Amino acid sequence: MRLTKKSDQPSATSNTSGLGLSRRRFLQNSGIAAGGVATAGMMAPGMMQQAQAAIVPTGAPTEVKRTICTHCSVGCGVYAEVQNGIWTGQEPAFDHPFNLGAHCAKGAAVREHGHGDRRLKYPMKLVDGQWKKLSWEQAIDEVGDKMLQVRQESGPDSVYWLGSAKFSNEQAYLFRKYAALWGTNNVDHQARICHSTTVAGVANTWGYGAMTNSFNDIHFSKSIILIGSNPAEAHPVAMQHILRAKERNKAHIICVDPRFTRTAAHANEYIRIRPGSDVAFVWGLLWHIFENGWEDDQFIQQRVYGMEEVREEVSKWTPEEVENVSGVKGDQMRRAAKELAENRPGTIIWCMGGTQHTTGNNNTRAYCILMLALGNMGKSGGGTNIFRGHDNVQGATDLGILSHTLPGYYGLSDGAWKHWSKVWDVDLEWLQNRFDQKVYRKLKPINNKGIPVSRWIDGVLEDKAQIDQKDNLRVMVCWGHAVNSQTRGVEMKKAIEKLDTLVIVDPYPTHAAVMSDRKDGVYLLPACTQFETSGSVTASNRSIQWRDQVIEPLFESKPDHEIMNLFANKLGFGEELFKNIEIKNGQPVIEDITREINKGMWTIGYTGQSPERLKLHQKNWHTFNYDTLKGEGGPISGEYYGMPWPCWGTAEQGHPGTPILYDTSKPVAEGGLTFRARFGVEREGQNLLAENSFSKDSDIRDGYPEFSDKLLKKLGWWNDLTAEEKAQAEGKNWKTDLSGGIQRVAIKHGCSPFGNAKARAVVWTFPDKVPLHREPLYTPRRDLVSKYPTWDDSESMYRLPTLYKSIQDKDLSKEYPIILTSGRLVEYEGGGEETRSNPWLAELQQEMFVEVNPVDANNMGFRDGDDVWVEGAEGGKVRVKALVTRRVDEGVVFMPFHFGGHFQGKDLTDKYPKGAAPYVTGEAANTATTYGYDPVTQMQETKVTLCRINKATA
Amino acid sequence: MAKMKFLCDSKRCIECNGCVTACKNENNVEWGIQRRRVVTINDGEPGETSISVACMHCTDAPCMAVCPTDVFYQTEDGIVLHNKDGCIGCGYCLFACPFGAPQFPSDAAFGERGKMDKCTFCAGGPEEDNSPEEKAKYGANRIAEGKLPMCAEMCSTKALLAGDAAEVSDIFRERVIYRGHNDGAWAQTTLQNETDLAYDATQPKA
Ligand code: SF4
Ligand code: SF4
Ligand code: SF4
Repeated sequence: MRLTKKSDQPSATSNTSGLGLSRRRFLQNSGIAAGGVATAGMMAPGMMQQAQAAIVPTGAPTEVKRTICTHCSVGCGVYAEVQNGIWTGQEPAFDHPFNLGAHCAKGAAVREHGHGDRRLKYPMKLVDGQWKKLSWEQAIDEVGDKMLQVRQESGPDSVYWLGSAKFSNEQAYLFRKYAALWGTNNVDHQARICHSTTVAGVANTWGYGAMTNSFNDIHFSKSIILIGSNPAEAHPVAMQHILRAKERNKAHIICVDPRFTRTAAHANEYIRIRPGSDVAFVWGLLWHIFENGWEDDQFIQQRVYGMEEVREEVSKWTPEEVENVSGVKGDQMRRAAKELAENRPGTIIWCMGGTQHTTGNNNTRAYCILMLALGNMGKSGGGTNIFRGHDNVQGATDLGILSHTLPGYYGLSDGAWKHWSKVWDVDLEWLQNRFDQKVYRKLKPINNKGIPVSRWIDGVLEDKAQIDQKDNLRVMVCWGHAVNSQTRGVEMKKAIEKLDTLVIVDPYPTHAAVMSDRKDGVYLLPACTQFETSGSVTASNRSIQWRDQVIEPLFESKPDHEIMNLFANKLGFGEELFKNIEIKNGQPVIEDITREINKGMWTIGYTGQSPERLKLHQKNWHTFNYDTLKGEGGPISGEYYGMPWPCWGTAEQGHPGTPILYDTSKPVAEGGLTFRARFGVEREGQNLLAENSFSKDSDIRDGYPEFSDKLLKKLGWWNDLTAEEKAQAEGKNWKTDLSGGIQRVAIKHGCSPFGNAKARAVVWTFPDKVPLHREPLYTPRRDLVSKYPTWDDSESMYRLPTLYKSIQDKDLSKEYPIILTSGRLVEYEGGGEETRSNPWLAELQQEMFVEVNPVDANNMGFRDGDDVWVEGAEGGKVRVKALVTRRVDEGVVFMPFHFGGHFQGKDLTDKYPKGAAPYVTGEAANTATTYGYDPVTQMQETKVTLCRINKATA
Repeated sequence: MAKMKFLCDSKRCIECNGCVTACKNENNVEWGIQRRRVVTINDGEPGETSISVACMHCTDAPCMAVCPTDVFYQTEDGIVLHNKDGCIGCGYCLFACPFGAPQFPSDAAFGERGKMDKCTFCAGGPEEDNSPEEKAKYGANRIAEGKLPMCAEMCSTKALLAGDAAEVSDIFRERVIYRGHNDGAWAQTTLQNETDLAYDATQPKA
């Protein structure tokens, strides 16, 4: 570490009948007749409009609210027009810096949330197979009593708190805290089955596991490689930015996917790979890059550790081997590698296609290594632009609704609990005593990762002697979660039936309410949507956006934080939970929660975004630059929209947010950053810190470790702290100093509070140090299993035995010869309950289907539009329509996962509470999916399994 | 006088149906009626191309020419509108329209078509601008409020353009210039030799 003292460094603070269904051609003949007309009958024509006309007198004054689309993480701005409390209009937010007024089908239809005809309207419980209405009081009492009883008998770990990426940041944070105060780490949310392998893989490479740049920054890319990502359907407004780069910047777009997606249709080059061969594919690109010397030597030398070991592995991936494993021909690989090398800066975009694999962490790390080798990191136009899913999955991840960490990725160590109990102002000992005190496999439950959402069914069904906690899961709380987005539907049904009680807190009843044969012990509690409350939400690019409340809660629904208050009081820890949070009219004050978040989230810089600053950003959408997101003039000039985290220090310190992670061309005070020093300073005699690389205006002209009181003293900067700061900073580091002084002083000297290190291409703490290709558990390529086997079975991962080899060893490729993969449709989101209940969307996709290549269809003896059974390798089967298309390759079939309300051929629509069934129901793809979990994060495998297909008779 | 037209830039349209639900939302269009829809050719194959279509507000509108009760009229801005009160639901306009724009409610009694509904360019109908009657029968009248059609305003990729033909073509021309000649920036895949669609639609074709 070299120090260069600078004098007087100024402190830098400061179809005609197909009706738009052209793609699902068969619907023109069959589906629309069956589904469309029937469904139309269910809804009185012009109903909406009449309802409104009746209530809103003409000329009633119009209030305009600013909110954010609740469907995906692009975070499109919305102007909602409200008259007499009714949401009467939706105008395009042309001045919003992310979307310029644009929306996809979902965003353009959000006003339906103001009607909510198919919502769950009041608390209900299942009694003898019938839904009975309850009062809120009675519901909380009954459910609470049950939970307390289970807690008494089986310990706090037998109640599972499954939270949601649909929460606001404040609700997400409160939910994690709530679970902690209940005394369990059995708390999780959709991020586990969405981007957990990104978060872990990417954070272990360079510090933070998030999208490094932004949608807008893609404008500056010269090449864009999308792998396992289909923004044209999943993040449509992102295509506005991608196509802009294509047009204005002549960006070369490469789309890598087993399916010829709608995104592929807009790419310069489409590359079809075999599902599950991502690592082989990426190493194949790198083979050409290394072979031709296209890598960025200087970048690697200064900022990357361990590339030599990657080189060794890559050398095995000759063009022949890559073609053998991934199916991509050598000349296409070379051409793609050359384009990426010649068009820099370039960005890589990935989504579920890369993450939802048993080998998800290997995939995400391979993508990162590709960008490191090309020197694309920390640059405008470069970066890993990882598109998150739900509107607030980034925020809910950051705020820790995860079984392996407290908010802010602090983990579950004693130090982490100490930090948070201090922020929460609760007694640490009391908190520890809320947990089961027994030790399982050397760990107390308080320090042991809880059961992840992907495995909750095993938490119910597994022999309890094999689980690292007192008892099985007995009460399951699905709070904003669609169970049909999870694999192994048949076993899930068994698990639901075995539970003592299932509690669903959601604006809609969901598939979980109907899929089992339970006759009682199910409670439905109506939560409201984010349009019925206010709070902040973190977009994929880490910008935090404020939402106004648009309308009052519909029917008897309540906002999630109010429901948490009700439960916490019933369960006996309301006082501790809301110690520094005011309750007004039964509702915890949102801004108080934001402030508590600011008080504790130092690790990732959620500390500077006070509610006041967030609201000021919200009021000034028009002042931010469409390309850079930087405020140009106006009241927040120089700040980046939504203060993308890290927004260091306290709000008073005025950090502008970090628009691009690890960008050394700017001073840290102006949003610059280095790679984080997270993995030590030295390994096997090699320096892990950056060499000769540092952010602009840094006083330390080399790598340095993370900041602590000790480092400040060593550097002679301790006296830059105020007396007050000193008192709090003593014995603390940049993550635990609640005064923010350590961060302030580091930034004053141009340094990143978290140090300046190399990114690491090898992760010695992971099962595979260098990412390796491993065959999927269910693979048709038996010839590759011995060369690229999976891992050995494990006795315990996240409290549960986890199988690998014993599954892969069974050859089922004869009985189940076809690869089954899954994905999204633009009209629907997640499990689809909300979007299938929106008539404007539901009308566009009325039938669940499976895409099959014509060759396979002909071989298997069915035609386009026929009903077929798709049976997964573990026996779960679904009856769906065949859509015969070349979109998928021979031997591969695809199903969308948004449908629910049918189970193995049975239509369960009648089992929904009256008037609360979605307009469209269908088989859940995941009824047919199978076992398989990533060893690092327990990500589920949804993208490669095996199946067989038969024409359905009668 | 402005001449209102739509243009859908097929190189940008991603078949996201934003325009379709925007129209439903803005005009409270009932289930079964599609004033706007997205049509895709070469679905699922190289060359896959989508465009969003509605009433084209033809200058010499065939619907207008054939309607037996003469309910159609054209505004000063060239928008083709109709008077539902006079519509007998015969469906002749649908027969005449090259784009299948006229729509008929599916819930009408058997054998009856009900009154025709179609894209109004978000310009309402013959009733008083933005009156409850106009809203109930035809949906929004954004033109009277000085706004443009909702479908185009909300298009996710700005593929769908609406407005005065001269302005629409200016925007499109600018894009074509950025894109360069034929497949300069727009070849779909290297495996394919289709003619590029990014010609300057405002110029007569050579
Ligand atoms: S779903 Fe995503 S892309 Fe579509 S409008 Fe909403 S935020 Fe924008
Ligand atoms: S112009 Fe208005 S009425 Fe016509 S398709 Fe667009 S939104 Fe619908
Ligand atoms: S909103 Fe735009 S991109 Fe989407 S289908 Fe309509 S015209 Fe195409």
